[in-house]
Amino acid sequence: MLIKRKAPWWNVFYLIEVISGLLITMKHFLFKKTATLQFPEERREYSDRYRGLHYIKTVNNVENCTACMLCPTVCPAECIHIVAEERADKEKYPARFEIDLLRCCFCGMCEEACPKDAIKLSNIYEMAQVERIVLEKDVLLDQRGGK
Amino acid sequence: MDFPILWMKIAVVLVGLLATVPIMLFVERRGSALMQDRLGPNRIGPFGLLQAALDVVKFLFKEDRALRHTNQAYFTLAPWIAVVPAFMTFAVIPFASSMDWDGRHVSFQIANLDVGILYCFAIASLGVYGIIIAGWASNNKYSLMGSLRSSAQMISYELSMGLSVIGIILSFSSLKLGDIALGQGQAFFTVFGHTIPKWGVLIQPLGFILFLISVFAETNRLPFDLPEGESELVAGYHLEYGSMKFALFFMAEYINMAVASALVTTLFFGGWQMLPGFPYLHHVLFGSAEFQTQEIARVGFEALSFLSKIAFFMWLFVWVRWTIPRFRFDQLMHFGWKVMFPLSLLNVVLTAYLVMKGVL
Ligand code: SF4
Ligand code: SF4
Repeated sequence: MLIKRKAPWWNVFYLIEVISGLLITMKHFLFKKTATLQFPEERREYSDRYRGLHYIKTVNNVENCTACMLCPTVCPAECIHIVAEERADKEKYPARFEIDLLRCCFCGMCEEACPKDAIKLSNIYEMAQVERIVLEKDVLLDQRGGK
Repeated sequence: MDFPILWMKIAVVLVGLLATVPIMLFVERRGSALMQDRLGPNRIGPFGLLQAALDVVKFLFKEDRALRHTNQAYFTLAPWIAVVPAFMTFAVIPFASSMDWDGRHVSFQIANLDVGILYCFAIASLGVYGIIIAGWASNNKYSLMGSLRSSAQMISYELSMGLSVIGIILSFSSLKLGDIALGQGQAFFTVFGHTIPKWGVLIQPLGFILFLISVFAETNRLPFDLPEGESELVAGYHLEYGSMKFALFFMAEYINMAVASALVTTLFFGGWQMLPGFPYLHHVLFGSAEFQTQEIARVGFEALSFLSKIAFFMWLFVWVRWTIPRFRFDQLMHFGWKVMFPLSLLNVVLTAYLVMKGVL
């Protein structure tokens, strides 16, 4: 419903409103704390639930991943590519594990789907690069989160 | 004519006006940022002071493209038509009272024209030609709309602007800005032993408000910046401009602001008349000094008063810009013709009556 509010009679003199507006801006100018975060020096703290840069969890330097292919299947952006192979200590392991971050939408479905608790999303959000790169396995094995 | 002194005065005014541009750039950026609870550019130099200098460098190195769809001659000419009159207006504004120096009579005003105020308005209204030509030469619908709006706005507001100073001219019976500034030093009335000077704002409060509003419209500042109107006209008349040509328009806006502030100060705030407290300070500091030193100190204090008054009005321009949103075009026209114009006429009639009765 449209509610018509009646303006007080002194609003005819627009100048009074202008002056009260000026006082409000001056209040902000003088007293209000700025909301700016001085980025390189200050950084915003995110919780561990934040979905940022990926990593593959390792236990005793052995990756948890068994190359079950659940995460490439569930990934809506189709940006995970795994080549599975056999190794002496492991029946199946990912010989190559690549994530194309340019396509990733950070939905976190890979993390949810993983039965081995291997792929994780850390809370790192600074991912700017000078060229288009694909995250290789050795980069992913870097334990960058606490999960 | 004392040419060396004249050249010196011209140099001082030119350099001063050019220096206002980077200063205002800084004030506008950081000021607006703080008003919006941001920080603004603060990385280059202490407090971001060198940002403006870097911007100038950037403008100088930008490519100056010759756009094929524009009318090249007018396109190049327009920024100059905008910026030159902005500088010219300052010629008649006195920035301190005259003094005797070494047997010479030095007046701190480039030209004491008999038609002072009229010259100001004549030159100031030339600036709009720059905007109109820019809009026309750009061969672009947005620019043309912007400059059309600008011309309509100028015509409407120049009227009330001219009428609102007639009150001042009537009260001081002179068109010379020097005389008007001098006349504002006279005692108006006394309260509790303090003499209140006859500043224009006291004898012409309505005239002052009308003049201030018209000046905002004349300088195309918010809330009257319809020629630019980002939301509907992209950038208005300077849409096609880049590099130094755009910088000239930018400079013209800020210099117009400085000149407008100087005019408001001279007409309504006593011009170079010292701020309260300064005469006392002058007396304490230089009361026992030689006559010549005293005179120089007096001129210094007067120039300082003038500068601080201008600075206040420049700040007001910035302050208002970041407070009030833009008017709609029909509201602007309505306000100009149905509110400002009758009020300024009323002001003229009222002042004429009071002057006739000998009150003012
Ligand atoms: S976060 Fe989403 S888009 Fe990114 S790799 Fe995992 S499943 Fe794919
Ligand atoms: S879902 Fe987990 S275990 Fe399966 S391939 Fe992906 S990361 Fe490896």
